[in-house]
Amino acid sequence: MDLYSEIILDYYKNPRNKEKQADAQAHAIEHNPSCGDIIEIFLHFDGAGKVDKATYEGNGCAISQAATSMLTEELPGKSKEEIANLDNQLIYDLLGVPISPGRVKCALLGLVAVSSAINNLKP
Amino acid sequence: MLDAKKLKSQFPILKREIKGKALVYLDNAATTQKPHSVIKALTDYYENINANVHRGIHTLSEEATEEYEQTRNAVAEFINAKEEEIVFTRNTTESVNLIARSWGDKYLKEGDVIVVSALEHHSNLVPWQTLAKRSGAMLHMLEPGDYRLPAQTKLVAITSMSNVTGEKPDLKTVVANARALKALVFVDAAQSVGHEKTDVQELDCDFLAFSAHKMLGPTGVGVLYAKSEILKNIEPYQYGGGMIKVVEDLSSTWADIPGKFEAGTPNIADVIAFRKALEFLTEIGLENIQAHEKMLHEYAVEKFSTHPEVTLYTSPGSPVISFTLDCAHPHDIASVFNEEGVAIRAGHHCCQPLMRRLKVPATARISFYLYNTTEDIDRAEIALKKVISIFK
Repeated sequence: MDLYSEIILDYYKNPRNKEKQADAQAHAIEHNPSCGDIIEIFLHFDGAGKVDKATYEGNGCAISQAATSMLTEELPGKSKEEIANLDNQLIYDLLGVPISPGRVKCALLGLVAVSSAINNLKP
Repeated sequence: MLDAKKLKSQFPILKREIKGKALVYLDNAATTQKPHSVIKALTDYYENINANVHRGIHTLSEEATEEYEQTRNAVAEFINAKEEEIVFTRNTTESVNLIARSWGDKYLKEGDVIVVSALEHHSNLVPWQTLAKRSGAMLHMLEPGDYRLPAQTKLVAITSMSNVTGEKPDLKTVVANARALKALVFVDAAQSVGHEKTDVQELDCDFLAFSAHKMLGPTGVGVLYAKSEILKNIEPYQYGGGMIKVVEDLSSTWADIPGKFEAGTPNIADVIAFRKALEFLTEIGLENIQAHEKMLHEYAVEKFSTHPEVTLYTSPGSPVISFTLDCAHPHDIASVFNEEGVAIRAGHHCCQPLMRRLKVPATARISFYLYNTTEDIDRAEIALKKVISIFK
């Protein structure tokens, strides 16, 4: 079937960047209340204000977990302004499969958590 | 025994294909499909009778009123109540809110206890949580199987059947224990009324609520049963047209029950069409529906249990089976089932307290009705094998 491509299943079964960071400057937790999915985001910035390490913790469906894992690979090198401007389309492009309306919240949960983490940063 | 295959042909939607495969509908605990007779009653109403009910002198209004009230009569007969004890609402949730406001706000005070069970759907929990906050009463949650009530209990609000596990609390014991404390009993019967016989006299509950759409009827019609002595003594829930007796400049008096609880133009068309659903169920016989669902339950449990990856959460013979897989999240399970043309539900099913007790964030759920067949279960098992092959 289309939705569970090999790459999505690979990120789900072998997650990248799935670890906590005690010294992260930006942090947020987001839930998807309809299914209990949970994503916790940790962003660490270098001296120039760019992300040098992005990680996550969480559990939930293959779509939310794989999308978040893929997203953490995209963040290093980006400033908080660049991250704040990330578009939903990035997630759809990373997943590379059609996302039905019922699964949009799953797909975007990690990006929502990343946005929250940036918003939680003290100015 | 009923002939599910033959019955299926009376439900137009079940001829649909999803993803190129014949639809298998196993999400009946959320809402059931509608037979042709119910759909036809809706168009018949709008094409031939449409008029506002009550107070109309012209023929259409008289006919609409007659049909509307005939459904009230049919509902009363269906659960062995009196007509004046049947209030039409939008859904079960509104029936709960009506009593939480109209009864709860009048009688509950600090020191009183409202009892709910851990099986409750949020609709039979959140209105009582907020009533407790307004009134200063305490809310007490019973663990499954525990029916001991605190001495200050004034109301027990409890489901007749869990929409997650199909578990049926022992309502006889609940009512007996409540009576001993002079407490009242509110039964959320949304999951059971269309599946097994309900007799409010025999049960002796004070309130009972359910929705037409979970028993072949249209959406937008809920039923509240309440003993007439209680309905007479509580205030209306909403105010406006239709529910008054005399309107003075500065104050008004209320219509007799049940009219005083039906403010504004009611959902006439859907109420009228609901009668066709009741006729459909009566013709088949609830005892035959129950026996058919028991057969499907046993068949499905046997099939699903052969897969060691599966954990089942269900009750013997019930039309509801929740399950989880050790290798896939419920949302992923439901997505793969959908690819196979099998409609199931995944999530917390509006039962977060129960999810915590089952120690799962969510479950996948199949739920049957009279038109489901063993072939439907076979299709579900094919989908299940597909999930396991993808995620294992």
